[in-house]
Amino acid sequence: MRQKRQAEPVRSGRGVFTRRALLVMAVQAGVLGVLGRRLYNLQVVDGGHLRQLAERNRTSKRLLAPARGTVHDRFGIALADNKVSWRALLMPEETTDIPAVIERFSQIVPLDEHDRARIERDLRHVHKYVPVTLHEFLSWDDMARIELNAPSLPGVLVDVGSTRLYPFKDLMAHIVGYVAPPNEEDVSKDTTLSLPGMRVGRAGIEQTQEASLRGESGSVEMEVNAVGRVIGEIDRVEGQQGEDVRLTLDSVLQQQVLNRLEDRVASAVVMDCRNGEVMAMVSTPSFDPSLFDSGVSHAQWNEWASDPRTPLVDKAVSGLYPPGSTFKPAVALAALKSGSVTAQDRFNCPGYYDLGGVRFHCWNRWGHGMINMREGLKFSCDVYFYEVARRCGMDPIKAVGNAMGLGVKPEIELPHVRSGVIPTPEWRQKHGFHWNGGDTVNAGIGQGFVQVTPLELATYTSRIASGRNVQPHLLRATNDQLSALASVEDVAKVDLPPDYLDVVRGGMFAVVNDQHGTAPKARLDLPGIQMAGKTGSAQVRRVSRALRESGHFNSMNLPWEYRPHALFICFAPYDNPKYAVAVVVEHGNAGADEAAPLAKLIMTDTLLRDPASDVRPAAPTVAPPPAGAETPAAPAEAIPSVSTAPPVADAHSEPGTTQ
Amino acid sequence: MKRNGLNTFGFLKSDRRLLRAEPDFRPMARLLQVNWIYVLLVCVLAGVGYIALYSAGGGSAKPFAAPQMVRFGFGLVMMIAVSLISPRLLRMAAVPVYLLSVTLLALVLRMGHVGKGAERWINLAGMQFQPSEFAKIGLVLMLATWFHRIGNERMGNPLRLIPPALLTLLPVLLVLKEPNLGTATIIGVIGATLFFAAGMRLWQIVLLVAPLPFMGKLIYSHLHDYQKARIDTFLHPEHDPLGAGYNIIQSKIALGSGGMWGEGYLHGSQGQLNFLPEKQTDFIFTMIGEEWGFVGGIAVIVLLGTLVMGGMLIAIRSRNQFGRLLGLGIAMDFFLYCAVNLSMVMGAIPVGGVPLPLISYGGSAMLTMMFGFGLLMSAWVHRNERDPGVEEDED
Repeated sequence: MRQKRQAEPVRSGRGVFTRRALLVMAVQAGVLGVLGRRLYNLQVVDGGHLRQLAERNRTSKRLLAPARGTVHDRFGIALADNKVSWRALLMPEETTDIPAVIERFSQIVPLDEHDRARIERDLRHVHKYVPVTLHEFLSWDDMARIELNAPSLPGVLVDVGSTRLYPFKDLMAHIVGYVAPPNEEDVSKDTTLSLPGMRVGRAGIEQTQEASLRGESGSVEMEVNAVGRVIGEIDRVEGQQGEDVRLTLDSVLQQQVLNRLEDRVASAVVMDCRNGEVMAMVSTPSFDPSLFDSGVSHAQWNEWASDPRTPLVDKAVSGLYPPGSTFKPAVALAALKSGSVTAQDRFNCPGYYDLGGVRFHCWNRWGHGMINMREGLKFSCDVYFYEVARRCGMDPIKAVGNAMGLGVKPEIELPHVRSGVIPTPEWRQKHGFHWNGGDTVNAGIGQGFVQVTPLELATYTSRIASGRNVQPHLLRATNDQLSALASVEDVAKVDLPPDYLDVVRGGMFAVVNDQHGTAPKARLDLPGIQMAGKTGSAQVRRVSRALRESGHFNSMNLPWEYRPHALFICFAPYDNPKYAVAVVVEHGNAGADEAAPLAKLIMTDTLLRDPASDVRPAAPTVAPPPAGAETPAAPAEAIPSVSTAPPVADAHSEPGTTQ
Repeated sequence: MKRNGLNTFGFLKSDRRLLRAEPDFRPMARLLQVNWIYVLLVCVLAGVGYIALYSAGGGSAKPFAAPQMVRFGFGLVMMIAVSLISPRLLRMAAVPVYLLSVTLLALVLRMGHVGKGAERWINLAGMQFQPSEFAKIGLVLMLATWFHRIGNERMGNPLRLIPPALLTLLPVLLVLKEPNLGTATIIGVIGATLFFAAGMRLWQIVLLVAPLPFMGKLIYSHLHDYQKARIDTFLHPEHDPLGAGYNIIQSKIALGSGGMWGEGYLHGSQGQLNFLPEKQTDFIFTMIGEEWGFVGGIAVIVLLGTLVMGGMLIAIRSRNQFGRLLGLGIAMDFFLYCAVNLSMVMGAIPVGGVPLPLISYGGSAMLTMMFGFGLLMSAWVHRNERDPGVEEDED
């Protein structure tokens, strides 16, 4: 080798290198050319399409939460309002040690297991730039402490939100209802609800007027960077705030009615019998709807749910009761309309009524003698109405009862409204039972299968009183636009001759004002104003023959839950009916003793609050409380002080029973 | 090749004045030999880098541009200094440098700093240092020395090619182990190009290239999951728009929004709004393309190409095998950096942490590249030293 190299110099390889280097250069130039070509394609050929993508990258649309509409009573006092509240959020991207921050936070504002689990879940699911709620509904103190400790809580920020405020707490709970955080189904229907702090009405007006109250979300288009941080605002579309709703309720009267009912398990409805406006509707006991906004505790919920007095149920619209004797005016009207009985027909009441081998008793075991319709109503004679019902039959009773508002679901702006029942043989057969003649007789005095709600009773009383086909309603105006039902002239007359109604009205007048009427305790003490009414005591349990004949039967000795319900319906003034009241006291024993005096007090309160009433006494007028100086909570505190003022008409002596 | 042909940048200029049998070792004379036009081009490239980093810093020299310029200053001095070192000295240094680079690669595997799921960095006296960059220079130096020693004549002997093959495979495997697929491929390709340019026989090449497809299959099956994912997202970037495909999609969007003339300096919406990931490092070219448009992008490509071609011409001009291979190795290294980075940001190959030399922010890439340019320039300065005992081919 060595020799060879010395003999003949070896090739340096430069020629090979040059050729191959030029080849490499050609490849390099080719690659760079291809890259240049690709750059041209990307930037110039596809540029337009990619620019659109860039625009989409750059902007982010965010929804603006609308403020929920407020609910007011007829005088403009807020029943449901929005209150500023604070919540603590954690911005995950702004902190490095999230567990430590949460731990320090919990030393300031305690977090329970439930909160921690939710926070952990949220942290796992959201992007780093989406804030996670640590704690809602912070008190002012908590907020101040968080702000003070801000340096040791990186990523924690306090956000201003809004809480639903119910100044009247349990007073309006059943009517106004409550709101709660939306569930996934709600969110899928309206993306507005995905915004933090949005609430959905879950009961009462909050639920039925959801569409008006919610409003529409606005949106803001913002320039954002890659981590979603906002750089600037490009466009803003203001949303539609929720509409304010004004109810027919009078919150002062509502409070007065509640005070009258005291701690009874009862419900009362006050209605303007000329147009169906519900002035007050109380169901006791009640609950505090504010608790639902932040989430009701399990213990609290169980307590409510297991309470035999059913605080969560609005008894006024969904409590079904046998109407008892309050049903008799409907039976009388049905008989008159069907022509089977005239107002002058007299039937003898010996104290009992035999039908098909079964003996039906009158409440007065000594009997009422030969009586006509007016007296039948006045004495609330059972035997008279056994006979009327038998002659008339169930179909006319059902037709007239329905026309008067019984056994049909009222078109009121509340959820969970139930419909009463006026049974007929067909109805009974549909449920697989045979209809007996005794069933008709029983239905004639509002017992047996007849069931009504207090609201139906109030509607029925209103229709008797005014002769107009009024529909009960709670909504007076939305955004100050009066609803169509507010005007009296718009209400059609009921399909009954006026003289039939006069007969029944006369009978109801006699109940209260005549000697030997069943409800002398309901007589009004207001000068020149008289009231017509009808008592009702509805048995919840059949009284056995043996017990009745023993002569020692007294329902007051029964356990509470077996005592009859006490009912009373009334309207006033008699000569120019304005208001109708229906009172149902659960297991109140006797309508005349328990419900009638209550109804009288409620009617007195109502008449005194009538702005057109000339019976307004010289005592301090009951006016809506002044607007609160600092918070909307002021009316809530003002109202009890107004209503605890001694009722003016109370100075009367208890009218002696003339029976 | 014609002596009086092209007169571009002095690369092809006939300069009989400088053709001497004995090289001049006086420093000032050698300093005059430095190809200052090439140095100027390097400075222009670094200037482009400064402008881009100024924009990536949100219109401020603060986080990126200023420190990078300081490094470039160091690098420039180093480049000139290295260019004056004689090839003899460089050849002597080849083995220690190579050993050092391999040792550092091994070290980074043991105690490297983990960045984005891969161990690539090592802390040298407080400075983050990426040994794989250095390994490329070490390998080029080592192979150039080896092939210089055996000369072209002995390239035909396969036994002579086994040691350099092993020398190439060692850093490739170490870098693969980090794992850094992109750099390992670059090192492998540099090594292969040097084999090719050193005069490897054609039959040897055919014998080596034929089994490559099978090798590829084998390698793919040994790839890390994240490396496979990269290849998959490259093929279907839209499948994972917020994950691994995010970089590619965002880069293409940003380039596209630049259009022909660009959105204007400091006004690139995607870059300035941080939609571009790693915009100051790997994706700096996207930023340039967005703000300066196709016109600016192609100008940068032309500049890069000029530097590559210039390096190749320097290699061709050398009269000794060492200088030729050294120049070609460095030019190839620079080219591969550019090509891989550009392909990456344009979504043409899977993403890998390969910066754009002298423009991307980063110390070790800048300094090693400047060191490489120094070697390249040394090949130019000493281009007229002849290999002893070999006859000069007519060129």
